[in-house]
Amino acid sequence: MSTATASAAWELPSRGKVGMFSLFASEAAIFVIFIVAYLFYAGKSISGPTASVLHAPVLLTVCLLASSLTIHRAVAALRRGDVGAFAGFWVATIVLGAVFLGGTALEWRHLIREEGLTIRTNLLGTTYYSLVGLHAFHVTVGVLAMATVALLTAGGHVKREHAARVDLLSLYWHFVDVVWIAVFLVVYVAGR
Amino acid sequence: MATTDVGWIDAPAKRRPLVDRLHGWVTTVDHKRLGILYVSYGLLFLVIGGIEATILRLQLVRPHNGFVSPQVFNQMFTMHGTTMIFFVAMPLVFGFANYLVPLMIGARDMAFPRLNAFSFWLTAFSGLFLYFSFVGGFGLYGAGTAPDVGWFAYAPLTSKTFSPGHSTDYWTLALLVSGFGSIGTAVNIVATVVSMRCPGMTLGKMPLLVWLNLVMAGLVILAVSPLTAAQLMLLVDRYLGGHFFDTQAGGSAVLWMHFFWVFGHPEVYVLVLPAFAFASEIIPVFSRKAMFGYPVMVAATVAIGFISMSVWAHHMFTVGMTSAGNTFFVLTTMAIAVPTGIKIFNWLATMWGGKIYFKAPMLFCIAFLFQFLLAGLTGVMLSSAPFDWQLGNSYFVVAHFHYVIVGGILFCIFAAFYYWYPKVTGRMYSEALARVHFVLFVIGFHLTFDSMHVPGLLGMPRRIYTYEPGRGWDTWNFVVTVGVAFQAVGVLAFVFNLVLSYVRGRPAGNDPWDAWTLEWSTTSPPPEYNFASVPVVKSRRPLWDLKHPEDPDWKYE
Amino acid sequence: MSPTSIFAPLSTPAESIFELSVLVLAIAAAIFVVVAALLAYSVVKFRKRRNDDGREPAQVYGSLQVELAWTITPVIIVLVLFLASARVVFAVQDAPRTKDSLEVTVVGHQFWWEYRYPGQNFVTANELHVPVGTRTFLNLLSADTDHSFWVPRLGGKTDLIPNHPNRMWIEPRETGVFLGQCAQYCGTQHAKMLLRVYVDSREDFDRWVREQAALARNDARVAEGRRVFEQTACINCHTVSGTPANGRFGPDLTHLMSRETLGAGLVSNTPDNLRAWIRRPDDFKPGSLMPPMGLGESQLDAVTAYLATLQ
Repeated sequence: MSTATASAAWELPSRGKVGMFSLFASEAAIFVIFIVAYLFYAGKSISGPTASVLHAPVLLTVCLLASSLTIHRAVAALRRGDVGAFAGFWVATIVLGAVFLGGTALEWRHLIREEGLTIRTNLLGTTYYSLVGLHAFHVTVGVLAMATVALLTAGGHVKREHAARVDLLSLYWHFVDVVWIAVFLVVYVAGR
Repeated sequence: MATTDVGWIDAPAKRRPLVDRLHGWVTTVDHKRLGILYVSYGLLFLVIGGIEATILRLQLVRPHNGFVSPQVFNQMFTMHGTTMIFFVAMPLVFGFANYLVPLMIGARDMAFPRLNAFSFWLTAFSGLFLYFSFVGGFGLYGAGTAPDVGWFAYAPLTSKTFSPGHSTDYWTLALLVSGFGSIGTAVNIVATVVSMRCPGMTLGKMPLLVWLNLVMAGLVILAVSPLTAAQLMLLVDRYLGGHFFDTQAGGSAVLWMHFFWVFGHPEVYVLVLPAFAFASEIIPVFSRKAMFGYPVMVAATVAIGFISMSVWAHHMFTVGMTSAGNTFFVLTTMAIAVPTGIKIFNWLATMWGGKIYFKAPMLFCIAFLFQFLLAGLTGVMLSSAPFDWQLGNSYFVVAHFHYVIVGGILFCIFAAFYYWYPKVTGRMYSEALARVHFVLFVIGFHLTFDSMHVPGLLGMPRRIYTYEPGRGWDTWNFVVTVGVAFQAVGVLAFVFNLVLSYVRGRPAGNDPWDAWTLEWSTTSPPPEYNFASVPVVKSRRPLWDLKHPEDPDWKYE
Repeated sequence: MSPTSIFAPLSTPAESIFELSVLVLAIAAAIFVVVAALLAYSVVKFRKRRNDDGREPAQVYGSLQVELAWTITPVIIVLVLFLASARVVFAVQDAPRTKDSLEVTVVGHQFWWEYRYPGQNFVTANELHVPVGTRTFLNLLSADTDHSFWVPRLGGKTDLIPNHPNRMWIEPRETGVFLGQCAQYCGTQHAKMLLRVYVDSREDFDRWVREQAALARNDARVAEGRRVFEQTACINCHTVSGTPANGRFGPDLTHLMSRETLGAGLVSNTPDNLRAWIRRPDDFKPGSLMPPMGLGESQLDAVTAYLATLQ
């Protein structure tokens, strides 16, 4: 052992990325359990509405997936130093996320009022609202975090040197999208 | 030239006011201080959990005893188990990891110091919250206070029907919050080990303690999360009218069991891997030999981590899974005995041909080897599903897991306390008092936990507040209770040693054990920044290389 | 000699488990002796001596052959144990019915056992009777939370889980009374949910069945007690066949006096105990789900006299 500086470059992965991917592993494990419960109970409700009342939210899915594109463009812009373009794409991402949340709220209102499906109705209600709700909670957290960054950007505090950190938040957003693909396939394709 | 008052340069250091010093501890983000906070917290709850165990054993000292009511007994065993796992063992494990991992990899702190502090305070708060249930848990029907559903809280006992009041909610919420703390610490450990090693320290040159804590952290991330999910589901059932585990609505009680044990089994590896870590650092130093088979030890650790995620339903052999299902879990459970046994052999091989110094850390590690061997063998017995149909849910199982957790894990934790005490405090502990602790605790441990196997073999189930005479259980239960006294006095001697030596121990110096890993290259205690300049390493034992320049490790690795 | 030892099996599945356990114990003991001896030897042989020269011993970093040896040997041992265990798993779990096998439905309650004999058309509680020398299949259900049926000398335990019917079997070789208790924590009085299995000769069993299948005795001398029983809330929880009492929450009392114990194996079934139990069950079993019915002393006498006729 010596205390001289090492000659060869000693490069280790960025701790922010490692931390974020570890968080993804944990979140994935949580979602897997909710998905297992959903699939296990599919078709087993004793009474009440069946999965036929669920209609695939294609438009909302397109919005959410598109928001991955916009956030990707936003980060690329910030890396280039183009704060203006960054802000535009960033706000677009927030809007798309908010549309997703709003659309989910409308879907739920329909299910509760017209189809009589609540979290306490039957096994379908319990597993559906829990799984989709858990995902929507994560979308909400992402939207709030992005809104915070948007506020900071409006105040002129976000610059090119913050690109790596903003990128971490975008990784979270991509993860939320990937989880949505899984939830979508489970709820609207496999579970019906 | 104007002079400014620089009297503070030459004046002796004045102690800052107590409030300032306490504030420093409360707001610290220094991994060493957080490590000490975690460990102190764990020690405090060890005493509390021990008192709960004493109450249990006093009630069971003879049949039809009336020391406590069944309601109190059921709360005691629930709180004892929950406390020991979540507020003793986990904090101790995280505390040592926090203190040692950055030092051993030549880093100045953990990857995310503020997340570190946040995780600690989440855990600390949730423990206090759980204990608040003793006074605050009364619900609508007057039922409640402390949780009494067992530490694994099976459904549907935990539904509002069978657990009115808030006792179950205290269990659920306390563990939910501490779970977030655990995941936070685990993420921190992974990021630290992957991203903050000093130059030259490739993954293959990390101390085994760092490897074992890395795998442990990975297990926490993958295993605590399912528990979090299950607890959210339980809250949905209890408060939003959900039916996840509502058997009346077609829900499944067995599903809770699967979710819980998917957490519960890897959890015990979360506890034991750091114990292995301590043994892997201490045994080589006190045998004066390098660890035998380092690459195999790493491979075995990773194998244990993977296999441990596939064995969980060996806790469910009696619930009515299919014969194929049961057989699968027999196979995976027996399989995990192979890498675990390999580790025992490698520790033995490290001692073989060495020069063994019987200081307190090594005494506890030798006892660990003997006891962990026995614990592993009773585990193999339990892994044979038909044998488990008799032994499961009996005192044989209770004896087995206490053998692992107390005889294995706690003994290694004692060893670790003694080994790193000089580094953390700058003082040597009293070897004489440590031996008193060792002898008393070994006697007490064996009196209690050797005897405890027998009532299980004779048909005594667990979690019963009393038992019938005439089944051959009486004398054995009496002996089990007697052992508690020895262990209690032993732990008192231990705590007394920690406190007394802090005040009166002789100065330890940087490297009292003539050891080989980076933490011994800095002062005792280390400065806040750990290392004056970041070390550069060439082998697994950087200090061996320094002390033996003619025969450095990197020539042989 | 413990009446609940797992090493004194008297029924086929318990015996299969016992034979397997001997193999497992033998292998475990052998491993223990070898490894503990190596540990003891190394602690003694390689201890630092007083006349130590202060030099470090030879540093040995590993050995591939040794690692292979102590990997392969455990793998073989694991294979042997696994195959032996798997064989017994399938033999016990997938055992077929026989010509004369009996079917009993066991329903676990907090904190007592309900036994339904569907083929023989009656229901009883807390004391299970089976014939010697034949296979009895127990279909395990639960009315509330999780329980477990464990009579060590007759078989391994199997859990009773609501909405998850289970099945186990016993095949006792000798007559006698076999003891056990609930083995899955089910609440306050889990400890007092005791099991009593009476293995009867064929004739004794058939006689018991006939007695249990008969309707309740109707003794005119205890009409007063019967009136108290039927006009207080007793009939909401208890069944007495042939009378308006058809509650299912508590044990069937039609042939209460044919049982040796009260409260699921708690105390002997004597008139004094019975009266005290009805007066205040919590005196015997605090947390049992039978409330004190608030009966006056003469009502208690009458009801006890009535129940005492339910042979």
